Amino acid sequence: MQEMKLETNNKTGRFGDFGGQYIPETLMSEIERLTKAYNHYKDDPEFKSELHDLLVNYAGRPSLLYHAKRMSDDLGGAQIYLKREDLNHTGSHKINNALGQALLAKKMGKTRLIAETGAGQHGVATATVAALLGMECEVFMGKLDTERQALNVYRMEMLGAKVHPISSGTGTLKDAVNAALQEWTRRVDDTHYLIGSTMGPHPFPTMVRDFQSVISKEIKEQIVKEAGKLPDAVVACVGGGSNAMGAFYNFIDDKDVRLIGAEAAGKGLNTEQNAATLEKGRPGVFHGMKSIFCQDDDGDIKEVYSISAGLDYPGIGPEHAFLQDIKRAEYVGITDDEAVKAFDYIAKEEGIVAAIESCHAVAYVMKLAPKMKKDQIIVCNLSGRGDKDVAAIARYKGVDLHD
Amino acid sequence: MTSLKEAFSKEKTFVAFTVAGDPNIDKSIEYTVALANAGADVIELGIPFSDPIADGPVIQKAGLRAFDAGIDTDKIFDMVSRIREQTDVPLVFLSYLNKLYDYGYEEFFTECENRGVSGVVIPDLPFEERGEVDEQATAHNVSIIPLVAPTSGDRVQKIVEDSTGFIYLVSSLGITGVRDNNQMAGDLSETVAKIREYTDTPVAVGFGIHTPEQVTEMNRIADGAIIGSGIVKLIEADPDNATDSIEEYVRNIKA
Repeated sequence: MQEMKLETNNKTGRFGDFGGQYIPETLMSEIERLTKAYNHYKDDPEFKSELHDLLVNYAGRPSLLYHAKRMSDDLGGAQIYLKREDLNHTGSHKINNALGQALLAKKMGKTRLIAETGAGQHGVATATVAALLGMECEVFMGKLDTERQALNVYRMEMLGAKVHPISSGTGTLKDAVNAALQEWTRRVDDTHYLIGSTMGPHPFPTMVRDFQSVISKEIKEQIVKEAGKLPDAVVACVGGGSNAMGAFYNFIDDKDVRLIGAEAAGKGLNTEQNAATLEKGRPGVFHGMKSIFCQDDDGDIKEVYSISAGLDYPGIGPEHAFLQDIKRAEYVGITDDEAVKAFDYIAKEEGIVAAIESCHAVAYVMKLAPKMKKDQIIVCNLSGRGDKDVAAIARYKGVDLHD
Repeated sequence: MTSLKEAFSKEKTFVAFTVAGDPNIDKSIEYTVALANAGADVIELGIPFSDPIADGPVIQKAGLRAFDAGIDTDKIFDMVSRIREQTDVPLVFLSYLNKLYDYGYEEFFTECENRGVSGVVIPDLPFEERGEVDEQATAHNVSIIPLVAPTSGDRVQKIVEDSTGFIYLVSSLGITGVRDNNQMAGDLSETVAKIREYTDTPVAVGFGIHTPEQVTEMNRIADGAIIGSGIVKLIEADPDNATDSIEEYVRNIKA
């Protein structure tokens, strides 16, 4: 894995004041075992070579870094490169982390994987690696999300996973995490909770970031080879923050590279209906970590909203909270409307149907590129493909699709 | 106000749990006083939270009833003052950490001290993170009541060594379906013995305890028992008129 870059990322998993292990005692022994196992295997040559083999021969890495020339010309500014995580097996960056954690779980003697999922991308990735490694799999998904991502539910079931629709709370990603944590508490002996983002108690934010950091490692090699220099900006969408952390990580020490995360501003930052945690939230402790959360006046976690099931989470990974705090990364809000426009734009301009999550990043690139010079470079992480979103986008535009 | 120490100096101590503000503030005060009058030795008041990850469906629903009645942390402190006018029973809170964090640790523990709350159980605050609240809690004479689970293993020593108030031993977690009552009791006895190696702080067993028989069994193993959803269900069954059933339930337990 990557070396630790931030001095603050010590053994208790702190990023400045953020991070930590705020989790019930019933899970702490397991968290200790997991931390120990991860610290051992991340440097184990055999583990690294097995994972590398899976990433190359099963997931299809390295993913392409594609120079989007039509988009660059049309926007008339910076050269835009798209990191094609959408071309990975299962159609998103989620497979990187799912393979890493499942392999680790297998080494720990686990036979069963549980996972939360929002848009279904992480659930599909987990169901896929469970099938590949011969493990049982159960996925927790908000009921609302099972409805707006019905296709992914069926995919997971085809892969042999059991999907539990969760109707408590808002029936979205946050409630799926609650349910998965409860299930892990109930049954921990044979079960690994394969958290899909850079969130939760230590070691998850660090471990997931390490497994995703292959994205920025490749970007760096690819862009230097292609353009002979580092990019001026890296842009990625943020929900919990895993694809962005993966895309940012190896650039953190390259101070001239701007790191920009696009959050879901839903129906607008001035409305109640958004999921822009870093712009609208405040520090708190939830889901095992100290970070930034959208909360009401009395410290209860707020309902958040986004057109994207993968971004409507009321929190953010602790390392992002830290990067914002030390002003190393910037976070901007992108509305539903802007994301849908970007969805159409990149399809028509480049022939790429990208996930509505990733289109939040594309939408910001559309604003940023024209303000930059032609010899400057933006890398936009296309975290996933958009097939799953076609029906929802049609609904959003009021188009009635008949199968 | 009776201290936790006095409450646990009895033969066996019964800790009764309800959710603050369930089904509304006035009734919640009435039921808390009823629990005390019927013989509960300590009362644990749950502070409702939007995402109670360590609670089962019965207590989650009680939290929603309390939210519907407009409960918040300030109102809970006012409730405590009104309860204090009617009973000396020791009160402890059960709260997720974010409620304290957002209220401000210093402000929260100051209110606890002023209103008469002796301890706080924080399910998402393991030993590793206790530094969050230790200093302010100690300064205001509020015990942070640690949780020990049958899975705690080698962690028991550091968890209980400097404990005050009482220790909350979680009885039934995970690993469902593979342990019967006898096995569970065996595991619990072992854990209690381990706790005893390091501290004299009393141990109360909670989670999944409903019947007088189970209470008797837990009293044999430890210093007391905690009942939550058994009581909350009585409120759920008849939110406006649960006083009699609550009193009868507690008398049965104490009999």
